[in-house]
This record gives sequence, structure tokens and C-alpha cells, in this order.
Amino acid sequence: MGAIYRREMGAFFTSSIAYVFLAVFYLAAGYFFFGSSLMSATTDMSGVFSSLFFISIILIPVLTMRLLSEEKKQKTEQGLLTAPVSIGGIVLGKYFAALTMYAIGIAITLLYALILSFFGAVTWGIVVSNCIALMLLGAAFIAVALFISSLTENQVVAAVLGIIILFALYMLDVVAQFADALPVIPTVLHALSFYTRYYDFTVGLFDPASVLFYVSTAVIFNFFTVRVFEKRRWS
Amino acid sequence: MIEVKHLTKHYGDKVAVNDISFTVEDGEILGLLGPNGAGKSTTMNMLTGYISSTSGQALINGIDILEDPIGAKACIGYLPELPPLYLDMTVMGYLNFVYDLKKCKLPRKSHLKDVCNLCKITDVSGRIIKHLSKGYRQRVGLAQALIGNPPILILDEPTVGLDPKQILEIRTLVKKLGKKHTVILSSHILPEIQAVCDRVVIINHGRVEANDTVDNLSRSVSGDNRLTVRISGGRSEVLQAIRALEGVEKVQADMEREPGIYEYEIEAAPDADIRPALNQMVQDNGWCIYKMDLGEMTLEDVFLKITQGEGVRLSSQKKPEATAKPEATAQPAEKTAGVETETETDTSAAEETEGGEA
Repeated sequence: MGAIYRREMGAFFTSSIAYVFLAVFYLAAGYFFFGSSLMSATTDMSGVFSSLFFISIILIPVLTMRLLSEEKKQKTEQGLLTAPVSIGGIVLGKYFAALTMYAIGIAITLLYALILSFFGAVTWGIVVSNCIALMLLGAAFIAVALFISSLTENQVVAAVLGIIILFALYMLDVVAQFADALPVIPTVLHALSFYTRYYDFTVGLFDPASVLFYVSTAVIFNFFTVRVFEKRRWS
Repeated sequence: MIEVKHLTKHYGDKVAVNDISFTVEDGEILGLLGPNGAGKSTTMNMLTGYISSTSGQALINGIDILEDPIGAKACIGYLPELPPLYLDMTVMGYLNFVYDLKKCKLPRKSHLKDVCNLCKITDVSGRIIKHLSKGYRQRVGLAQALIGNPPILILDEPTVGLDPKQILEIRTLVKKLGKKHTVILSSHILPEIQAVCDRVVIINHGRVEANDTVDNLSRSVSGDNRLTVRISGGRSEVLQAIRALEGVEKVQADMEREPGIYEYEIEAAPDADIRPALNQMVQDNGWCIYKMDLGEMTLEDVFLKITQGEGVRLSSQKKPEATAKPEATAQPAEKTAGVETETETDTSAAEETEGGEA
């Protein structure tokens, strides 16, 4: 796992993906920080954090698109799968490499909070809770997007499909609103909603159930990815 | 040591590998031969745990690849058909990655240096793999398989894309490695197998068609009763004279190899040595022998014989071959040879009459 993690981190920076990802992430975060915190002269950063949800939907699939699809296309997975490592180790190595890149991206929000602290009192509890929320959201989304990358040989397909599916997950709330009149369905959709849970964090509600929700999503989708590899071996 | 027992692989309805069994002893170099799509790579992929088998068993040093894949894979160095290289890495960066991936315990610097020297890639070790030629990529792929000094090496066409000098070097290297390692090697280049391997397994349509040493294979297919001779004199007269000799079963005129000198292929009855009689006959007629060759078949002939015309054999021989399986491994080859000679008789007889008319 360690070897794969280190290789992927290196590959992020030798290819342009790391720079594109960080540049776009910082640009978007900076824009929202300027617009919602600096312009309105407030130390409340909830606007920044709720906007970063959408940025994550678009950027996370870009981060993960290459990880497994390219292995399949270049036939390098043959080297990995015949090496004395478990499939779980291969998947997790790549997963944590993407998660690390993502963490480097969201760490910028702490810097913003630090800047704000020079001008007024920052509620650090909320900022930290927000960062944790963003991290958990990323953990779940990266697992989903990595799973999609394992299904295809094409990076672009992996990215586009990833964005669509992550967006669909966000849209669950909207669908729930339309399905208001029906029984049960809205409750189920709300329970699966990534955004409602995330929103609770941004206003300072730390709910252990949500933490469990994000973590178990990550675990389940990493498990699915391992199964995709297993299935290909056995078919 | 590698033991393959009744290994079978189905892809949906298609049977890629059908009940293959063979053993490779320690320190042996086994050549895996077969036409395209015969199931060589599939077999190798199953041995290395890249794909699973539908049924059967593969034991690597006594470890079942499906039961303890990590333990078994730790014993194997594998060079797939397409070397699994990350094009964006430098050669040294890649080899370091493989070193970590295999959890290698040998001293890193000196071991990587040794491997680079063995594969002659020291002078490109700082370059990005993307910029390397195919030959160099192949050698980096070989280096990757050698990292960790695994007791078993499985090499899928290791000399593809190399120039003749490099091919010789790699062959020597494989031979050298074969003294300490167990090696399975597949190749399309028959002289290579002949030069390097102790034993050959010929696979066709997913089954083992022959499993023997190169010499035994040639003998079992050809026998010592074939002669190739060049004799001066008129073609039809010589043909007739040869045919009149005692013990000659079949004779066939080949093309005019030198001015006025034709080549003839003679098949004598088993255990009949017709050479003295042939000499005498040629002298009596006032002709001259310019060349005489005992018909030892090259691996190429054996390979062609075994892999061609299998439509006849597969339908007629399927059952006896299946029952004969637990017995000696060389038997299918002999059987094959028998049937093939029969079919051969028909074609050469036709040619012979053609030659006679001309």
C-alpha cells in the first residue's frame, strides 16, 4: 500500500493534475472567500464552506479519473496484480493518495480563517467542524469517484460519469422536495442526502450519525472497487 | 518448482485453456510454445495470479496461487507480454517503486545496481520511460521481474523488440538465470527455445500437445529414417533409381539447388539404413552425391507438424488422448506424429507423381 501511495503522490505532481486541481480549488475558494467573507466584512465562513461542496463535486472526479482507468488502459495493473500485495492494498493506496491531495486543497480554508482572525473573533469550533465535514465529504466522494474510475478504461468517461453521479447525489434533496406528497420516499432520500448532512456541519451542528454516514459510504465504495477487480479476475 | 494440474480457463463459452498439466523442476528452463491464441499468455496469467483458473490447480513452490496468492506471488518474477511500465516515471524511480511494491529485503542500492547491470540499463537509469525505445522498455520490464531475486521467473516473450545482439545477450542471461531459478519462457522464435530451454511444452488450442526435451521431440516426430540428399543427374532417372532401392518407402524430389543437381527427400522403412545402398547406386549410375543429411527435424518442423492439420486429429484423437493423459507425457507427441505422418504420405505422394510427370 505504501509503495502505491508514494507512486501516486509522485504521479500527481509529475503530471499536471495536482497543479490543475490545486489551482482551480484555490481560485474557487479564494473567490468565495472574497465574496462571502471579505466583502461582507464578517468572520462567518459558512458561505465559503457551502460553496466548496460544489467545487468538490467537480474537482474530485478530476482527481480520481486517472487512478484506476489508466492502469487498465496501459496494462500496468498486471504488474500490480501479480505483485505480492492485496487488492485492498492497491485500492487503498490510491484512495489515500487522492485523499491527501484533497486535504492539501481544503487546508486553504484554515489559512483564510487565520487571515480573518486578524480582523475579528473567529469561532474556531465552527471552522474546525467545517473542515472535518469537508474532509468527510471528500472521503466519501473520492471513494465513489474511484469506484467509477475502476469501471472504465477512459479517463474522460471516468471524470464525466463521476461528476454526473456526484451531482445526482447532491440532487437527492431536490428530488425529495418534489416527491413531498409521496409516503416514505422523501424520508429515505433525506436520509441518503449528502448535502443536508454537510449543511448541518456548516452551521455548526456536529452529528455523529453524519460522520458514520460519510465514513461508511467511503468503506462501502472502496469495498465495491475491490470487488470490481476480483470480478474481473474471476470472469 | 511449478506444478500445473488440470488447469482450465473458460471465457464465457470460449475455452482458452483446456486441462493443461505439466511440471517444471527447480533449475529447469521450460519453453512454452504455441501459435497465436493457443493459450500461452492465459496460462502464464493464471500461474502468476493475474487471472483465476476456472478449474484445476497451480502450485508455485508448493503454494496454491488461489489459496495464498500473496505468498505465491512473492516467489514469482513476471514479465508480461506488455511490460507493466509507468511511462511517466524514470527507470530508477520505477525500479524503486517495484522494489517497495515487492517488499524486497535485499540491500536497495546494490541490488538495484546489480539488476540494472544484468539487464544493461544502467546508462538509461535516469531517463523517463516514455522516452525509451521498445528494446530498452523490454529490458526495464525484465529488470522489474528480476527485482527481489525471485526463485521463479515467468517470461512472456522476453526478446520481443530487441535487436539481434540484445537477443543473444538476453538469451545468455536467461540461461545463466536458469541455473539458479526456475524459468518458464514463451516465445515465437523457435531457435531461441531450442537454444535456451531444457524442455518444451507445445500448446495448441488450449491443450498440451507435446511435453518433452527438444531432442526427444525431434526424434519422436521424425525418426532416423529420413534422408536429404543432393545428387547430380536427371531428375526423373534419379527418382526412379532411388525408388528401386530396397527399404525406400517414399521419395520426393525437391527443387534444383545447384545447377544440374536436385535435392531429394527419402523416407526409408524404420530401422533400414539405406545409405550404403544409395552410395553404391549413385556410383553405379555415374552420378555424384553432393550432400547427404540425416533428416533430423528442427523444432520448427516439429512445431509445424504438431500445430498444423489439427482438425483431423482433434476429432479423431480427442478420446484416446483424454484417457491416455495420466500416462507418460511424451505419448501424445508420438501419437500426434503417427497420425501426421499418415496425412503427410498423402500430400507427398501427390507431389511425387507430379514430379514424375515433369
